[in-house]
Amino acid sequence: MSEQTQAFNIDTVDNAASTPDVELPWAELGLKDNEFAEIVKILGRRPTAAELAMYSVMWSEHCSYKSTKTHLRQFGQKVTEEMKKDLMVGMGENAGVTNLGDGWAVTFKIESHNSPSYVEPYQGAATGIGGIVRDIISMGARPIAVMDPLRFGAIDHEDSQRVVHGVVSGIGGYGNSLGLPNIGGETVFDPIYQGNPLVNALAVGALRHEDLRLANASGVGNKVVLFGARTGGDGIGGASVLASESFDDTKPSKRPAVQVGDPFAEKVLIECCLELFKASLVEGIQDLGAAGISCATSELAANGDGGMNVELTNVLLRDSTLTPGEILMSESQERMMAVVSPDNVEAFEAVMAKWNVEYSWLGEVTDDNRLTITWNGEVIVDVDPSTVAVDGPEYDRPYARPDWQDALQADTFRASEAGKNLPESGDQLKAAVLELIASPNMCDKSWITRQYDRYVGGNTALAAPDDAGVVRIDEETGLGVAIATDANGRYAYLDPYAGAQLALAESYRNVATSGAIPAAVSDCLNYGSPEDPDVMWQLAEGIRGLSDACMELGVPVTGGNVSLYNQTGDKAIHPTPVVATLGKLDDVARRTPSGWREEADGQAIYLIGTTADELDGSEFANLRGHLGGLPPKVDLGAEKALGAILINASRDGMIDSAHDLSEGGLAAALSEMVLRYGVGARVALDEIKARDGIDSFTALFSESQARAIVAVPRSEEVRFNDMTSARGVTVARLGVVDAQSGALEVQGEFTVSVDELREAHEGTMVKYFG
Amino acid sequence: MSTELPLIGDYSTPTAELSGARIGVVTFPGTLDDRDAARAVRAAGAQAVSLWHADTDLQDVDAVVIPGGFSYGDYLRAGAISRFAPMMDKIIDAANSDAKLPVLGICNGFQILTESHLLPGSMIKNDHLKFICRDQVLRVENDQTAWTNGYTAGQEITIVLKNQDGQYVADEKTLDMLEAEGRVAFSYVGWNPNGSRRSIAGISNAAGNVVGLMPHPEHAIEAGFGPDARGTDGLTFFTSVLTHLVGGKK
Repeated sequence: MSEQTQAFNIDTVDNAASTPDVELPWAELGLKDNEFAEIVKILGRRPTAAELAMYSVMWSEHCSYKSTKTHLRQFGQKVTEEMKKDLMVGMGENAGVTNLGDGWAVTFKIESHNSPSYVEPYQGAATGIGGIVRDIISMGARPIAVMDPLRFGAIDHEDSQRVVHGVVSGIGGYGNSLGLPNIGGETVFDPIYQGNPLVNALAVGALRHEDLRLANASGVGNKVVLFGARTGGDGIGGASVLASESFDDTKPSKRPAVQVGDPFAEKVLIECCLELFKASLVEGIQDLGAAGISCATSELAANGDGGMNVELTNVLLRDSTLTPGEILMSESQERMMAVVSPDNVEAFEAVMAKWNVEYSWLGEVTDDNRLTITWNGEVIVDVDPSTVAVDGPEYDRPYARPDWQDALQADTFRASEAGKNLPESGDQLKAAVLELIASPNMCDKSWITRQYDRYVGGNTALAAPDDAGVVRIDEETGLGVAIATDANGRYAYLDPYAGAQLALAESYRNVATSGAIPAAVSDCLNYGSPEDPDVMWQLAEGIRGLSDACMELGVPVTGGNVSLYNQTGDKAIHPTPVVATLGKLDDVARRTPSGWREEADGQAIYLIGTTADELDGSEFANLRGHLGGLPPKVDLGAEKALGAILINASRDGMIDSAHDLSEGGLAAALSEMVLRYGVGARVALDEIKARDGIDSFTALFSESQARAIVAVPRSEEVRFNDMTSARGVTVARLGVVDAQSGALEVQGEFTVSVDELREAHEGTMVKYFG
Repeated sequence: MSTELPLIGDYSTPTAELSGARIGVVTFPGTLDDRDAARAVRAAGAQAVSLWHADTDLQDVDAVVIPGGFSYGDYLRAGAISRFAPMMDKIIDAANSDAKLPVLGICNGFQILTESHLLPGSMIKNDHLKFICRDQVLRVENDQTAWTNGYTAGQEITIVLKNQDGQYVADEKTLDMLEAEGRVAFSYVGWNPNGSRRSIAGISNAAGNVVGLMPHPEHAIEAGFGPDARGTDGLTFFTSVLTHLVGGKK
C-alpha cells in the first residue's frame, strides 16, 4: 500500500484545518455555493478532498432527494392504520417490505437508470438491473423476478437503433445471467424521450420474516467488511454528475461516469449473500450503488447506534492509482458491505471461500457517533455520518402552474383539425383498428420479451403480454404475487395531478385483472429539471396526486426513486410517474390470463364499466399527432369496485380470462385478447352505444378508465350478473368467444381475421429492429 | 387434453419401486436452472441430490442432471471452465464406466458435455446473434436412450427454449455419423431457432446413457408454469431415466 501513498498528497483532516484557503473543486463536483458553505459550517473547517467527494455525491439530487423530500413526505403522511397493517418496512430503507402471511414477506422496488442508459445503453441498462437486484438482496430476500418499463424516442429516429438494441440486450444480457425471470414491463416510443430515454428497472424478492435484514451498523467492535467485485475507476460521480444534471452537447462525453456490469459476479454475490443470511452471519448489510463506499459507510453508520472507523487502503482495487476520493465515489458494481460480529468472522470467510468471492475487512463499529476514515492511519474523513447521509440540504424550489397549461387543456381532440374526418364506416373502423395495433406503442413487443428469460425459476405463472406478471413464492400453498408497472406521460402532461393518479389506477387495475389483491406501491418519478418552475409544478402535482390516490385506494407506497433532469436543453420529457403495484394471490393457480383459449368457445364476453367520449391524450389522438385537452376522468371509487369484481370473480371461478382497458381502449383490448391465443370472438357494440350515448368510433377508441373485459363461462353467467348488480357495477354483454371463426367480428361494423390482426400487430418491431 | 394434466403442485409419483432413485443435480458458479431441475426430478418421483462442482463425491447417485445457466458467466466459452470442475471428472468417469451412469445436460449442461467430450460437436452463438426465449416444438428422433425411452419416435413435444449460444455445430462427418447411428435425439420442428446444423436440438452418446440438448425439459413439467401450451411434455425425460434404472424400456 505504501507505493499508493506516494502517488498523491493525502489531504488529511489536520492538513485541512491548517490550510483553510486551499481552492477545492466543489463546483465541478456538482455542489452549489450555499451547499459548500454549509459543509464548511458543519465541519468547522474546509472539508478534505475525501470529505468533499463524499458530501458531493451524497448531497446530489440523486442521493439526497433535496428538491423532492419536502413533497415526498406526503407518501408517509397520507397513510391510514389499515394501510400500515401489513407494512413491515416502509420508505427510506433499500426497499419496502410487505407481509404476505404464513411467515412470508415480499420486498420490491422500482428505480431509474435513465442517464447511463442514454450514454452507454448496454451497460446503463444492465447495471440498472444489477443495482435494483442488490437493493432487494440487502433486505435479506431472494430476488424472484424483474420487470422493466422502457420509454424511447421516436421508433424511426436513427438513434433509437443504438438505444433500443443496447438497452434490450443489456437488460437481457445481465438479467438472463442472474436466473431471474423477466415478467413484464412496458415499452413506449415518443419523440419527447429523444435524448432522454427512460430505463426503469423493478425487482421483487421473497423472504421469511426471520430473514429480514436492515442497513445499519450496530454493536461496538463488530467488523465492517466489503465483499464482491473489486473497486475500480468506473462510475465515478455517476450520481452527482450524470444523474443530477441535464445533458448538453457542449459538455465532454460522460462515458467514464457509467458503470460496467459483471452479471456472473452478481449471480455469485446473490447466492453468497443468501447463504450468509441463512446462517445468520451478518448483523447489517448494505449494497453499494450510487455513491459507492461514501453511501454505504455513511448510511450504515447513520442508521446504527454508534459510529464507524474504516481504513481505506484495505479496499481491494482494480486500479492501484485511484485516489481516496475516487475510491469513495466509485460506483463499481457487484459490491456489498456488511457488519459482522467477531464471533462470525471465521464462518463468514468460509462462505466467501466457498463462492470464491473476494472480501476485505475495512474497520469496525465504534461508539463515538463519528464516521472516521483513515488512509494508512492518517485521518482523511471525520464527520457526523448523519450530516452526510440524512441531513443533507433540502430545497423548497419555486413552482407554478405553467402559463401554457390552460391553452393546452383547451385544445381538445374533437375541436382540433386532427379530430376531423374520424372513422365512421365499418371499413374505416377496421382500418383504424389495424393501424392502432400496429402503432409503435400498441404493437406486439415480443421482439423485446423473447430476448428475456421468463421461465427460469419455474414459478412464473403469468408474464408479458398478460396484464400483470405473476410469480409463485410458496410451492406448497401456491402463495404468490402479481406486479404491474404503468405510466402515461401524455396524460400527466395534460394534467400532472390526474396523470399520476391514472398511472396508479392502471397498475392497480392490471393487478386486480390478474386476480390479485393490490397491497403495495413503488414509484419511479421521471421528470425534467426541478430548477424549472414548470417542471417543479408537474412534480409537486404528481406527488400530491399519487399520494392522494394511494390513500383512497388503500395501498401504501413502500419505496421508489425520483429521476430528475430528464431534459435536453430546456426541453423536458413529459412528466412520467411510473407506478408499480404489487398484489397478493393466495394461490397463483387461480390467476386470470389476458386472453381466451379454444376451450373457452361460447363463453360470454362482458365489458365492465361505462364509456364516455374521452379521446384527449389517447393513443388514437397520438396517431393523428394531437396532444391536448384533458386526460380521461379519474374515478378511484369505480376502480376499487372494478378491482373487487375482478378479484372475487377470479377467486370464485366466475371468469376464465380478463383484460383491462387502457391505451387504445376497447379496440386494443379486444384485439389483444383475440391475439393472446389466436382465438376469435363475435361482439356487438349496440348495447353500450345506446346505454352510454356514444358512437362506434368512441366505443372502440375512447380511453375511459375503470373498465375491463372478462370472459364468463355460460354456467357462471347468472352468478356473475348477480354479483355485479349487487355491487352496483355496470356491465354489458358484448358477445361470445368464437373458436371456429378465426376472426374478430364486430357485428354490423367489420370482421377482421386473426391473421390480419397478427400481421399488423407483430410486424412493427421486426420492421424497425430486425 | 387439459383436463388430464396434473393439478399444480400435484407431483404424482409414478411407481413405488422407483421412489428410491437418487438423481444428482450439479451446481456450478453461475448455474441458474438447478432448482428447476431438482423440482423436475422430484416431480418424476425421485430424490434430488444436490452436487457441488468443487466436490468429488457423487454421493451414490443413480443418474446426473447438469442444468442450464451461465456457469462462470460463459465468459471464455460456454462450458469451457466448468468442464474442468472436480465433479465433472467424476461424472465423466462414471458415464464412461461399465455402469454407464445416465447423464443429462440441458443448455449450459449440454455445452459442458461437449466441452467434456462426452458428446461430439459444439455450440456457438445463435445465428441471429440474440438471446431467444420461446416455446419450442421438438420432434423425438430417438426413443431408445436412458432419457427418452418414455417418448415415441416421431412424437412432437413442446418445451422451453432459451439460450444465447445455442447453435449446434459439428463437421459434416460427425453430423453424418450422428444421423446414421440414430444419435440425433431431438430436432427442431419448423423454424430453426438458432441456426443449428441439420436442425439438431439434442444428441446422445453411442451407448445412449448421455444425452444433451439445448431446450429445457425441466421448465415443462408442471401445468401453468411452463410453455403457454400448458404442457408437461418435459416430465417424460425424468420418468424415462427412472424406467431405465429399473432395467426396462416401456
